[in-house]
Amino acid sequence: MVSGHSDFGVDLGVDDDALPTALKILVAGGFGVGKTTLVGAVSEIQPLLTEEYLTDESVGVDDTAGVEMKATTTVAMDFGRITLNHDLVLYLFGTPGQDRFLFVWDELALGAIGAIVLADTRRLADCFPSVDYFERRGLPFIVAVNCFEGTRLFEPAEVQLALNLDPGVPVIMCDARRRDSAKETLIALVEHAMKTAWGQQDEPATVS
Amino acid sequence: MMVPEPLEQMWVDDDAGPVVRHYAMTSGRTRPTRGEFDLITLIMAARAATASNAGLQPEHAAIVRLCQNPMSVAELATQLDLPLGTVRVLLGDLLDRGLIRTRSPVSATQLPTERVFKAVLDGLRSL
Repeated sequence: MVSGHSDFGVDLGVDDDALPTALKILVAGGFGVGKTTLVGAVSEIQPLLTEEYLTDESVGVDDTAGVEMKATTTVAMDFGRITLNHDLVLYLFGTPGQDRFLFVWDELALGAIGAIVLADTRRLADCFPSVDYFERRGLPFIVAVNCFEGTRLFEPAEVQLALNLDPGVPVIMCDARRRDSAKETLIALVEHAMKTAWGQQDEPATVS
Repeated sequence: MMVPEPLEQMWVDDDAGPVVRHYAMTSGRTRPTRGEFDLITLIMAARAATASNAGLQPEHAAIVRLCQNPMSVAELATQLDLPLGTVRVLLGDLLDRGLIRTRSPVSATQLPTERVFKAVLDGLRSL
């Protein structure tokens, strides 16, 4: 029952290969750009993970968490799950504001297959910190422009130029409210991550 | 004369902090005795997880109850309303007693294989 080798050839020590394995994808972007909406559109569950859960500080020391909480705001991250098959579960993590929560980003980014940077063309600069972070970290990412109603449509090439992206970084249009669009966005990211990792050619894009 | 505290500075109910401090649930331990427990390590209760429950906290029992189907460490933290550090210690205890089974994520240290990528794409396309 307990085996050192998973189905995917990874040596994992005490791991039980009868259980599914999990992967994660990050969803980043400025405040109010639609991260919650995108995660909610495809997730089977809707829990919120707070930065409070991620800190280990309240263990082992006389706990003042309740006191500190009065002075600081607890930041909630959206957190979703997609069961892909009997053997694979995909988790989506919406990332919190980067200024104060870089430690959270580092924990979330570790082992992630890639990131979706959601952009709003009315406030394109809001996604600069996310783009910078993933570029520096070398984590594959795509930019998905959430097409809000009433906003002028930009061509992906214009967004690419405005964000000064590497030409290899895909820019796609999406509607974070729609499940099929959110799904296509995830597919675009995974294809890009696979190409980055294994040099595969992208299949023809079917992005709406 | 005592000036009454403004309402927003009074710590009542949840704002006063947990009744049972997190370190009490873990007997002051900050690290699990066994296991890595990544954010997305999946946990499942072992077959008949009714074995010797002596020395277990209600939170241990709650984990076993929640993990009848595979559940990630992050989901457990939100369901139990506990910090990850506390959940990891509790999971270490359960692993020690053989009450849970665990599975680490695909790619904590290395890139997923091409086969994993293809399985993810197939799974997403068939949603």
